[in-house]
Amino acid sequence: MKQYLPAAGLIVFLLLIWEAVARSINLLFILPSPSGVALKLWELKEVLLFDHLPSTLAIILIGLAISIVLGVGLAVWMNMSKIAERAFYPIIISSQMIPTIAIAPIFIMWFGYSIWSKVVVTVLITFFPITVSTFDGLKSSSKELRELLLAMGAGKKEIFFKLQVPSAKPYFYSGLKVAVTLSVIGAAIGEWLGAQAGLGYFSRRMMTQFDGAAVFAPIVLLSAVGIVLFVIVKVLEHKSLKWRKTE
Amino acid sequence: MCKPVLEFRDVSFSYGSQKPILDHLDMTIYDREFITIIGASGSGKSTMFRLITGLEIQSEGTVLINGENHQNRHGKVGYMPQQDLLMPWRTVMDNAALPLELSGISKKDAQKHILPLLDEFGLTGVENKFPGELSGGMKQRVSFLRSILTGSNVLLLDEPFSALDAITRLSMQEWLLEQWGKREKTILFITHDVNEALFLSDRIFVFQEAPVHKLQEVVVPLGRPRSLRDLNDPAVLKWKDELIEQLRGGVTL
Repeated sequence: MKQYLPAAGLIVFLLLIWEAVARSINLLFILPSPSGVALKLWELKEVLLFDHLPSTLAIILIGLAISIVLGVGLAVWMNMSKIAERAFYPIIISSQMIPTIAIAPIFIMWFGYSIWSKVVVTVLITFFPITVSTFDGLKSSSKELRELLLAMGAGKKEIFFKLQVPSAKPYFYSGLKVAVTLSVIGAAIGEWLGAQAGLGYFSRRMMTQFDGAAVFAPIVLLSAVGIVLFVIVKVLEHKSLKWRKTE
Repeated sequence: MCKPVLEFRDVSFSYGSQKPILDHLDMTIYDREFITIIGASGSGKSTMFRLITGLEIQSEGTVLINGENHQNRHGKVGYMPQQDLLMPWRTVMDNAALPLELSGISKKDAQKHILPLLDEFGLTGVENKFPGELSGGMKQRVSFLRSILTGSNVLLLDEPFSALDAITRLSMQEWLLEQWGKREKTILFITHDVNEALFLSDRIFVFQEAPVHKLQEVVVPLGRPRSLRDLNDPAVLKWKDELIEQLRGGVTL
């Protein structure tokens, strides 16, 4: 716990500065103070937690699940087939050059205000780190170990499951840690552009009402969701890669 | 000791269009022999192992293992590489079980098979540890156990003790001889250490500069069992000097 003390101290320090600046400017509808945001969060807790959070969480989890299935599937395919690698890899890289905010309205046009328009935005953002990191992980397996397995009589299937998959796991988790934080951004962007519920939607609605504290309150919750998801992945990583502590 | 277990008949090999490494080489190794291969770096020692394990295919000639000319030699001999090459994500038990798993034995049955061997290999109590928690000597013992568990009567050990400190190395050499006696295997052992070669082997093959056409052969003038003190025997000392000169590219044997 001690290791987090400097970060906690810095956060408290920044919040105090923010509080002081917000109070001195005294335009709380534009720059609310942290205490104001906390009060608003408490005031809106039921609406935010029971009406809007489940909607955002559903987008994040469905988006992440699709990204994991598609990303890992594509990484495995590219690992097995040079043609697939040559065909997909440049497209995956170039997909990241498309500004997501610019393309997101298209998904609203295609899928309307349903959950799927937001899920697609989330997938578009989270797919990349998962695919690329898993693919790099599969490729990273040791040549010497591969030859040792071959010398022991292992086939392609055994080399994949006994060598490539375990070698790729740390890379996969690194990609997933990036993806979970991006998934929150993806869901919020999707909701800003067109939704009927969700933390991103609520935040944007409050902006039109010049309620600065209510704009920030769902953002605080979104950040908390990102942190919780990150911690969950970290715990899973820790359990699944126990051996790394011994390295 | 007269049954051949490994034969090279007229074997030639080169990497692509490069200068040949082996040139019509003949070699016969008999059952339960301990053979050491010494030679300068790049002389083709490791290439020979790659040919035996089937990681490379000879351009000419035949490699026979236990009298058979296999189309695919993968899995036909036990191989212990220079670095221990243990999988860091597998425990000692799971690393040792790898060749058994590859031959289709279930994890549970493999563990039953390995448990009684742990004591002999000095690995009792560490079976659930990861390689990162073991000493260099322990890692090499796991690696040796793994090569034994391939079930093959021929074991190829590629400079297995080169990374160990001098004292651990001596203990490992004595331990290896003990295991070799018990397990009735044929061992091919690559080393750069002339003392190690003289202490361990029945015969020493000296790799000259590539392409290797004929192996220089030294029959070690020591009986068995032997101890490290036997290396002070005048006949052995004479060979030691000559082998060192040979490796320097000086005197021909």
